[in-house]
Amino acid sequence: MLDSARRFENLPASPGVGYKPQHFTDLQRDPGRVEWIEIHAENYMGDGGRPLAQLRALSERFALSVHGVGLSIGGETPLDREHLTRLKKLCDWAQPASFSEHLAWSTHGAEFLNDLLPLPYTEKTLTRVASHIAQVQETLGRQMLLENPSSYLVFAESTRSETEFLKELVNRTGCGLLLDVNNVFISATNLGLSAQAYIDAYPLAHVGEIHVGGHDEDTDDKGAPLLIDSHGKPVVDPVWALLDYTLAKTGPKPVLVEWDNDVPDWPTLRAETERAAKALAA
Amino acid sequence: MTSQSAFRDALLDPSKAVPDGLEGAAHSPAGKRYSVYRNNVTHSLIAALQTAFPLVRKILGAHSFDSLAPIYVRAHPPTSPLMMHYGAEFPTFLATLPQLSKLGYLRDCARLDAAMRVSYHAADASPFDLEWFQQLPPDQIMAQKLHIAPSVCVLRSGWPLFDIWRFNMVEGAAKPEMQAQDVMISRPEFDPEPVLLPQGAAVWLDHLAQGETLGDAYEAAVVSAPEFDLAASLAIAFSQGVFRNITGSEHVETS
Repeated sequence: MLDSARRFENLPASPGVGYKPQHFTDLQRDPGRVEWIEIHAENYMGDGGRPLAQLRALSERFALSVHGVGLSIGGETPLDREHLTRLKKLCDWAQPASFSEHLAWSTHGAEFLNDLLPLPYTEKTLTRVASHIAQVQETLGRQMLLENPSSYLVFAESTRSETEFLKELVNRTGCGLLLDVNNVFISATNLGLSAQAYIDAYPLAHVGEIHVGGHDEDTDDKGAPLLIDSHGKPVVDPVWALLDYTLAKTGPKPVLVEWDNDVPDWPTLRAETERAAKALAA
Repeated sequence: MTSQSAFRDALLDPSKAVPDGLEGAAHSPAGKRYSVYRNNVTHSLIAALQTAFPLVRKILGAHSFDSLAPIYVRAHPPTSPLMMHYGAEFPTFLATLPQLSKLGYLRDCARLDAAMRVSYHAADASPFDLEWFQQLPPDQIMAQKLHIAPSVCVLRSGWPLFDIWRFNMVEGAAKPEMQAQDVMISRPEFDPEPVLLPQGAAVWLDHLAQGETLGDAYEAAVVSAPEFDLAASLAIAFSQGVFRNITGSEHVETS
């Protein structure tokens, strides 16, 4: 366990950043409004070296969120027990204030596809995802947060809306939710739905964390807008507006700025966290 | 119903049709929307290879590397969510490509890239007690067993592997001349470094790694290379943090 670390029971209702090693020095020298960081669990599952040393140093000052990208909670096949054991080892050592994963799948048979792939929302998938979440929470000995995906398509077989599906997962498992408002904006645009209506229907009382991030713009075969979750650009104004809309309903929450590709210099990223701080203060 | 098998099958094979049961807005066919997942999967795996094999990419050039990478990605998708391990079969894969058959050294270059990454993530080592070692009576030194840090990896190559690495990655380095070279990857702190090993040192390190005493490993090294220089090899090992601790008759392990 990280015995020198300050312990955080919960993520603070303040801006956080997705941690990138190139910001190690800047983040400590000039954190601005940032009080917590989020790491991708799988990048910290090596045996040692710089990643774990940096995490040890940062956890003395910042609250920590461990965000898994490889558990495949939405998979048709049983969860990878070896991977779950690695997650437990990391969480037991780092003692994060929060652990979160995605409503998606990425593992099929022996293959890991390194993307967050979509699933239909049916009674069958609900039962399966709920049992996977229960298994994760039992193994880790903590509540987990589940993140809504960015959707580019839907399954004809789906019988429930995403918000109903998430609501039912919360009811069945007691998990919390990570509300990614960039994903909401992407999905709503791509599927011709209202982002605000999604927020209105979403079980906001169970939100433990919010994500904002950048996306790319493309068009589909018919020329309709097709937004792609890229985490490689500044957050666009309509997503900030959706954050404002959400926070007006929920009150202050931990808000994470995600910027994973074409990572900018620290002042650029810090400016994004300042915009998040403004939203939180409104 | 769209099974995950059906969804997956067309992901890495662009010649396959978009799976049934997927729709865009207002029940339109999914079409290009499904391709977003295709692109995400393929590009993220290619990006992982680019990160993992910088020396190979430098030698081949970005264009050639990026046109070979999709072939590997389709034939060898990851088998673990730990992308830090992705590409383990890449050195062997490169050696099987007929269009690269003239670059006989490429496989060893890929092994060097892979070893650098393994070293980067390897367990930390407890610091070596150099002062204790230096104060040992001479007759005890050769009875010591030196433990090698987990971040150390030795590559024995029939090619001038170290010089090829330097030529490609260090500005102004001389062009390699044909000779066999042994390279050690070690991690003094957090950044792995290739180091050229003198004759016999690879055998010496190999025997130490198998738990032999300094004396026995020395004997083995001299048999393989009569000019083996123990003092020089020890100096390289100490400066590179190769040893993590020592077990000997008078030393108590602390970890």
